[in-house]
This record gives sequence, C-alpha cells and structure tokens, in this order.
Amino acid sequence: MLLDFEKPIYELEHKLSDMKQLASNSGVDVSNAVKSLEEKIDKLKKDTFSNLTRWQRVQLSRHPERPYTLDYIYEITEDFVELHGDRNISDDKAMVGGFGTIDGQTFMIVGQQKGRNTKQRQLRNFGMANPEGYRKALRLFRLAEKFNKPIVTFIDTPGAFPGLEAEERGQAEAIAKNLKEMFMIKVPIICIVIGEGASGGAIGIGIGDRVFMLENTWYSVISPENCSAILWRSWDYKEQAAEAMKVTAKDMKAFGLVDDIINEPLGGAHKDLKWMSNQMKKVIVKTTKDLQKLPIEELINQRIEKFCNMGVVKE
Amino acid sequence: MAWFLRKDKGIQTPTEAKKDVPDGLWYKTPSGKIIHVRELKNNCYVCPDDEFHVRIGSKEYFEILFDNNKFTELDANMESADPLKFKDSKPYPKRIKDSQGKTNLKDAVRTAHGKMNNIPITVSCMDFNFIGGSMGSVVGEKIARGIQHSIDNKIPFIMISKSGGARMMEAGYSLMQMAKTSAKLALLSESKIPYISILTDPTTGGVTASYAMLGDFNIAEPGALIGFAGPRVIRETIGKDLPKGFQSSEFLLDHGFIDFIIDRRQLKSKLSTLLNMLN
Repeated sequence: MLLDFEKPIYELEHKLSDMKQLASNSGVDVSNAVKSLEEKIDKLKKDTFSNLTRWQRVQLSRHPERPYTLDYIYEITEDFVELHGDRNISDDKAMVGGFGTIDGQTFMIVGQQKGRNTKQRQLRNFGMANPEGYRKALRLFRLAEKFNKPIVTFIDTPGAFPGLEAEERGQAEAIAKNLKEMFMIKVPIICIVIGEGASGGAIGIGIGDRVFMLENTWYSVISPENCSAILWRSWDYKEQAAEAMKVTAKDMKAFGLVDDIINEPLGGAHKDLKWMSNQMKKVIVKTTKDLQKLPIEELINQRIEKFCNMGVVKE
Repeated sequence: MAWFLRKDKGIQTPTEAKKDVPDGLWYKTPSGKIIHVRELKNNCYVCPDDEFHVRIGSKEYFEILFDNNKFTELDANMESADPLKFKDSKPYPKRIKDSQGKTNLKDAVRTAHGKMNNIPITVSCMDFNFIGGSMGSVVGEKIARGIQHSIDNKIPFIMISKSGGARMMEAGYSLMQMAKTSAKLALLSESKIPYISILTDPTTGGVTASYAMLGDFNIAEPGALIGFAGPRVIRETIGKDLPKGFQSSEFLLDHGFIDFIIDRRQLKSKLSTLLNMLN
C-alpha cells in the first residue's frame, strides 16, 4: 500500500526498474541515466521524509507494513517466552508480553499487538486492549519486579477498547491502577512508542524511567480524527487537529514529555526492520545499563519527579 | 393588518450577546418537579420530591463539607497557559478568558483545606461549568499540590470529580496529568493517608482512568454517569443500543467498582463517620 506522499517516489522507482530492464534486454549502456535517476530518487526521498507534516507522520505510524510489537521482540531477543492471561478473566490478545533475553540479559517485554491481515486484526482487536490486557500487563510487571528483571514496554494502540464489556469490567480502573502501580515498580522501566500512542490506552503501559518515541510515531491525549470530530464537529479537520495538538515525536520531545527520539530508516521503520530493531536494541541495552547504576529508591524518586514536573501553568 | 409590526428587519442577536437565563427563584428538575431555589439549597441541592441530585460546583460542595463554610483555598490564582498555541474555532486563551468570565472561576478545579465535623481535610473539587470540567495542566497541578498538602500535614484527601475528561487544547500535557496525579496518589498511599474519591455526574475519560478510580474508597452520587469511554462512542463501536442504566453509579456498584452510593444530604456525616473509624 502506498501513502499519498510516497507515490512520486514509487513512480520514479518504477521508472528506474523499467530502465534497467530495458537496458539488460537491449544491451544499450544507460548507466549515466540510471545514475542520475537514482540520485534524483535519493534526493526526493530525503526531501519528502525530512519535511513530513504531522498528519503524514501519523499516517506513517499506521502504515500497514509497519513492524508491530512481536516483530521487534523476535528481532531483538535471542530467546522469548510469551506469557498469557490476567489470571482473572481471559488472555487479551491485544496485549502481549513475556520474558526475553537481549544480549544475554533477561527483560520483561510487554506491548500492544496489532494484526496484519483481517483475521489477525480481529484476533488482536486492532491493538485495542480490554481491561484484562492492562491487568495482564501489571501482572507481568510484578513478575519482573519479583525476579528483578528490567521492563521494556512497546506502545502501539489507537486507544483502549471502548466496548460494553470493557466498561463492565472496569477499563478506567484497570488503566488508573497501572499508572499508580508502575510508579512503584522496583525495577527500571523503559517505554518506547513504536506506532500509535493514543491517550489512556497508551499511557496505561507508559510510565517509565525513560520514554522514547520512534521518529514517525505520535503520542497524545486523543487521535487527530477524534479531536477533529469533537472540536470541529467534523472528521475533515484531522490535518489541522494533528498540527494543533502537536502530536509528533519531535513535538513531544521539545515539550519534555518524552525523553528522546529513536531515528527510523529513510521512508519509515517498515523499510528496514533489521536496522530499526538494531537501533532499538542499542538504545535498550545502553539505557538499562545507565538506569541500573542508580539505587532503586533513587530511580523511583526520579521517575515520580519527572512526571510531576510535566505541565505548564501561570501563577 | 398584523397586530404587531416588526420595525427592524431581520433582528439577530449574535451568540456572544445572548444572555443566559438568569438564575430565578425556581428550579425545574428533569422530571418536571418545580422547587424554590432556597429550599433546594437547604436540601444540599437535592430535589426533595424525586431525590434528583442537581449538578453543583466547588462553591456548593465546599459549603456542604466544610464546617461553617470556613476553608483556606490553595493555589487560588493558578491559571492555564497556552503551551501549544492551540487554536480551533477560537484561540485557547480566548476560550479560557470567556469561560472565566462566564463562571467566575480560574479553571476547572479548586482545592481547599479546612475542617469537616472537626476533622482536618484537604478537598479538591472539579467544576463542570469550566470547559466541561476538562483536565489540563492547572487541574493536574492543583490536584497534585492538594495531595502533597495532605501528605505534608498527614490529613485525609478528598477528591470530588466531575469532568468530561482530558482537555484537548493541552494535548500531550493533558495526558501527562493522569500520570502526575497518579504518582502523587502513589506517594499518598505509601504514607497510609486515606484517600476518598467521590464520583459525581458526569465523570468520564482520563479523569476516571486516573485519580477518580484510585480511591481507598470510591463513592458515587446517585444516578451519575461514570465511565471510561462516552456512551456515544461505545454505541458507535458496538453498533448496538446500550442497556438502560449502563455506566450509571448503580451499574458501577453492581460491577464492583464503587464502595457505596451516597445521598448528598448524608455526604458530610458519612464521610466523617468513615474517617473517624480510620483514626
């Protein structure tokens, strides 16, 4: 699938392959033309992807080929044992987690999971967890604490599921409890927004000593579409809403609401999963090492302090 | 010939110039009962005929809870900034100014400390009239400081929630207020100081999904709408009508998320009884 702004690049790439095909069939030397076209494509790509609007980044964060939590887990870890269930109601397929080893060190890794085809999307509920998902996450965080293993969360959700049963089983309570409990978990926590970071559903696994965002992701209190529907009373102002809410990684870092940005390959994370995973792995390993230097009480104090300083008021 | 002649053609009053109906002598409840406002006030703003709990704000709750309406307000002058330079149909600072003019409030929450039946307490109470009681940096910060006041003085913290949820005009900042208030509540909890959360009509969104649901005691007023997602969103998601009473206080009590429902007229005495038991 192609996003609007990817089309010109795709057309040039298509032309390039045609040209190469033609040259190999006819034996005519077109190396100069090929070279100049390649340069043109390269420039166009750089121009396009360094000047994306906020809405275009939102689109990239939802690209159907974008890697999801389990893709990264399988790339980053040497071993991974998935753990299931909240021990109360069920196993939420929209929230996955388990112990995994990264460079020989055991981590608890938890994240929302989206599906890639229709059947998987249904199974994963489009990455929208029910209360069981948040309670499963908390169970796994406590397990990590018990065995003194650092935690990594991958955030990628269009929101916590707004369903009838979700309300009956206390969606709000499940998220609220996670927020409170995550502040007191006695192991380092690293959170990474890998796609969509929508509201309470995202922050429900988003309290960490370090919070990162991949370059082409968004994180805010509501999706641009829903913001448009409420404030502009129409679905058509999503671009403006994305601009007004300043939802990108760059914005959130500038506001001090996340700690840092992890760069993506040109064109987005899906263009080179191996490269992307390697970047993330490096960040996780280094950050964990830094965090483990601090006594745990100090780490928790800093965790609380950091979030308590967020907000701008006039007095 | 018509009885009345319109001298000016097409008289139209711009929305801003339209006056709200002045607070009169009478209040009409949703079920059509009519009651004198002074009687209503003497009855804790509960309609005596049908027990309907009229939506009230911080001024009225402080009056109900604090002995002789005596209290000290904290951070009374804190106001919203505009860190995002947000603009939809009007710029955010203008929206704030308009709301301040209309409500005589600085923002959507007020915090105060004082005594309730002689028990020292800190209370943060939301005002729904102010941009739908939405939670921005001011709401988060004032609640956080209110909790800190309780920690510093070792006195119980009472939160009265009444909110549509997050304030979109503060986007990311608004979201982080959920984290900030929860962090402070975690500290309050460690200090073993009681936290009573009172959920009133309506309490939804990010407010429910943070401090409103984190009470040692979660208490609701009767008939309040309490939920995470709004009813319209849920209806659209599942494509079905919602059962009667869905997301009401009674529904939450049934499903185990509320300790009890309280009639506003018993609020003060019941909270006092509870807190005295913990002493």
